[in-house]
Amino acid sequence: MEITLRELVTMIHGMLFGGFFLLALFGALVLLLVQGNPERSNPETASSQPTPRWQTLYLVLLVAIGWAAVLSGAYIVYPWYRAVAPVGADLSLYPKFLLTAHPSTAGWHNFGMEWKEHVAWIAPMAGTMVAWVLLKHRAAWNAHRAIRVTVLGFAVTAFLAAAIAGGWGAMINKKAPVQGGGSIQLMGSSK
Amino acid sequence: MTENKLVPQNPANGPVAAAVLSCGLGCFLLGVLAVAGDGSKRLASVLNFYNPSGPLSGVTTVAIALWLVCWAVLAIRWRNKSLAFGKVSAIAFLFLALGLLFTFPPFGDLLLGR
Repeated sequence: MEITLRELVTMIHGMLFGGFFLLALFGALVLLLVQGNPERSNPETASSQPTPRWQTLYLVLLVAIGWAAVLSGAYIVYPWYRAVAPVGADLSLYPKFLLTAHPSTAGWHNFGMEWKEHVAWIAPMAGTMVAWVLLKHRAAWNAHRAIRVTVLGFAVTAFLAAAIAGGWGAMINKKAPVQGGGSIQLMGSSK
Repeated sequence: MTENKLVPQNPANGPVAAAVLSCGLGCFLLGVLAVAGDGSKRLASVLNFYNPSGPLSGVTTVAIALWLVCWAVLAIRWRNKSLAFGKVSAIAFLFLALGLLFTFPPFGDLLLGR
C-alpha cells in the first residue's frame, strides 16, 4: 500500500490541520455559547475566574492548527496544484490545468478554488481574535454582553469560512487530486 | 483549589474593541487585495512575493501584516479606554461582511466588469 508524498502532504493539510481546525472551531462555538450564557454563569464570580488551563491549551492549539492549515495550503499544496503544465504533459499531475482544460470542469477552479484560496484566511484571522479575547480579556468578555455577542459572531464566521474552504478543497481534490512526488510505502511490500 | 484574581467590575473594553475592529479591517483588506490583484496584472505582479504560490502569497501577507499593525496601534491607543462598543462592533461586522463578499468570485467579477 503506497501513497505519494504530495498525496500525504495534501492529506495532512486538509484532513489533519483543516479538519481538526473545523472541529476545534465548532468546539469553540459550544464553549462560547455555554460560558456566555448568563443563565449558566454566576455573574458575581464569573469576572474573577481565571481561564482554565485546558481552555488555554485548547485555544492555543486551535489557533496553531488554523494557521498551519492555511500556510501549508498556500505554500506547499497550492504550488503543486497550480504548477504550469509543459506542452504535452500528463495533465493529471497538474490539477489546475486539468480542471481548466474543459468547460465542464473549469468552474471547480474558476469558482471553487478562487473562492477557497482567499476565504480560508478569514478563519484563522477571526479564530485568533476570538482566542485572544478569551485568553487575555476574559474579564471584559464576561462583563459585557455586546463583547460576547461580537466574539460569537466572529467565531461563527470563522467556522463558516473554514467550512467553505475545507468543503471546496475536499471536492476539488476529489475531482483533480494533487498527486506525484516520491512514493511512500505504508504497508506490505512495494512489489 | 482555584485562586480567584481581583479584577475591576467593569473592565475597559478598548483592547477588545481594538482586536475586533482590526480583525474586521484585516478581512476587508484581504478581500479588496484579492479583487484588486485579480483585476490588475501589474498589482498581481507586485503581490507575487513567492512565485510558486503566485499573487496569493502577497495578498495574504500584506493583509495579515496590515491587520497586525492596525491591531497593535489600536491596542496601544485604546489600552485603558472604554468605547461605544456597539459602534465598533457594527463597523467591524460591516468590514467582515464586505471582506467575505469580496472573496466571493462572482462579486469580484462583477466589480471588475467581467
